Amino acid sequence: MTVRISDDAVAIACGADEVAAAFIAAGVAVERVSSWGMQWLEPLVDIDGVGYGPVSVDQVADIINGKVPSLGRIADHPFIATQTRLTFARAGKTRPLSLDDYYASQGWLGLAKAREMGAEATIDTVITSGLRGRGGAGFPAGIKWQTVARADGAQKYIVCNADEGDSATFADRMVMEGDPFMLIEGMAIAGFAVGANKGYVYIRSEYPHAIAKMEAAIKLSAHLVAPFVVEVRVGAGAYVCGEETSLLNSLEGKRGEVRAKPPLPALEGLFGKPTAVNNVLTLAALPWILTHGGDAYAAFGAGRSRGTMPIQIAGNVKHGGLYEVAFGITLGELVNDIGGGTASGRPVRCVQVGGPLGAYLPPAQFHLPLDYEAFAAADALVGHAGITVFDDTVDMAKMARFAMEFCAIESCGKCTPCRLGSTRGVETIDQIIAGKNVEANLALIADLSETMKFGSLCALGGFTPYPVMSAIKHFPEDFR
Amino acid sequence: MASIADILAVHKDREGPLLPILHDVQKAFGHVSEDAMREIAGALNLTRAEVYGVVSFYHDFRKEAEARPVLKLCRAEACKARGVEALVPIADNQSRVKVEAVYCLGLCAVGPSAMVGDTVYARLDDAKFKMILEAM
Repeated sequence: MTVRISDDAVAIACGADEVAAAFIAAGVAVERVSSWGMQWLEPLVDIDGVGYGPVSVDQVADIINGKVPSLGRIADHPFIATQTRLTFARAGKTRPLSLDDYYASQGWLGLAKAREMGAEATIDTVITSGLRGRGGAGFPAGIKWQTVARADGAQKYIVCNADEGDSATFADRMVMEGDPFMLIEGMAIAGFAVGANKGYVYIRSEYPHAIAKMEAAIKLSAHLVAPFVVEVRVGAGAYVCGEETSLLNSLEGKRGEVRAKPPLPALEGLFGKPTAVNNVLTLAALPWILTHGGDAYAAFGAGRSRGTMPIQIAGNVKHGGLYEVAFGITLGELVNDIGGGTASGRPVRCVQVGGPLGAYLPPAQFHLPLDYEAFAAADALVGHAGITVFDDTVDMAKMARFAMEFCAIESCGKCTPCRLGSTRGVETIDQIIAGKNVEANLALIADLSETMKFGSLCALGGFTPYPVMSAIKHFPEDFR
Repeated sequence: MASIADILAVHKDREGPLLPILHDVQKAFGHVSEDAMREIAGALNLTRAEVYGVVSFYHDFRKEAEARPVLKLCRAEACKARGVEALVPIADNQSRVKVEAVYCLGLCAVGPSAMVGDTVYARLDDAKFKMILEAM
């Protein structure tokens, strides 16, 4: 009997350590593995492929004696069986820090392939794959690397943006906690492709488990990625450092203020050197792409959004977790069919896609396919593909106010529309909530939003209008 | 306990050493004091204003020590959707623990969630939240 229990942060927060200890106390060996991503079932106990969950300590003896009904084979669970897991192929199956497990599951093949075909062909493969930046901007990854590769300079850097601060996103965390070697391999491939010998992973301080796993994995695999060297740097609680230029300032030991672009980081990035800044999921997609080929990856997806996207279904949802699937799936399928509607059992009122800077969308928009262009056309963002589900008790005026408040708290202060606009926005929405000059204040918010959208240096001020204006547009009754 | 000089010695040859130094100082002393900032500035050939600017920019660094135990409660959208705001009065009705807002712990499908040190908690309800606060 092999008992597997995840040791990722969600599992631990739900009591996985106590459950694992109870199995061990009962004389049963436990393997701590990555999470399957079915978070409503955590702690999920996997016994020879059959699942039990959510498991509490007092059920352990009965599970061992076969007295607890199982969930059936985990791999056949509809939430898992309907996914296309390329990046999360190992999820639930391997021990995060086991090099043996990683080797046994096609680990390091992508890096070997890259080294064999050479830097230029590696970049060509990524261009063929159609891989776009998974952090939210959706810029073609291969083109970015081409720019870094062609830039002058002996010293170049790979910077992995693991400052996953958006609410409803946890795919980066799951990669780092569940499959850290994959990220290291991806960084090594990127470093080889652009000619960088040093890579930094900038991880937010709110992710202590991810930091520990990455540091351990870097030590264990240093000889395999050499001469490429990877180092972890820990953020310090500033949301704006997820923006690539403020992240670079933070790495340099400065205030995490946004830099004006140009110059592009690809040409003048970390310490003024050519730097490829990529999200965790972008880099983590590389081992698969190199192993299986660019065409194989591009065969998945829709329109100009190629490949798969690890979607995070969160908030007030019955079946929340990590759902990796090809682009093109509709919002309604994700929320209702896969997510199973709300956890509270009440009707879904809206979802927010793309984190605190993403639009609120009502069920009338659930036909939208997950695709960068389709979302942009509907004044919405795919972003990092986090979906927060809300039931009908949500007050959208309060959520619009929170969007402005969050921007005010997290603004780096460099540009005026974001620094001042956010605070004025909170005050103006407060007036609206209090019923004062509602129409005039709504017009003021629309005007302010325009200013923030077009006048801010980065996406924090520039995209805060998305949640605010979408809330007003789709849920006007909450503001009047 | 490590001294500031010890911490500086560990990091001085790194690229961009200021944040790692500040993290270690914060961890060792519970805050980054005026004297610490002065010593760090001297060692890195920065002005005190530059170091102060960095310390004051980031939410993780404190200029004064917090005497009370600290709990970070996630108040971001996904935890709001799962009812965290209903827990806030419980936090407000006590003063023994400092309850700080944090915006996302990455536990967004199992919220409301909180963190104490490196320990994470999920699926908080009134009873569980009170129990955690009382145990601190």
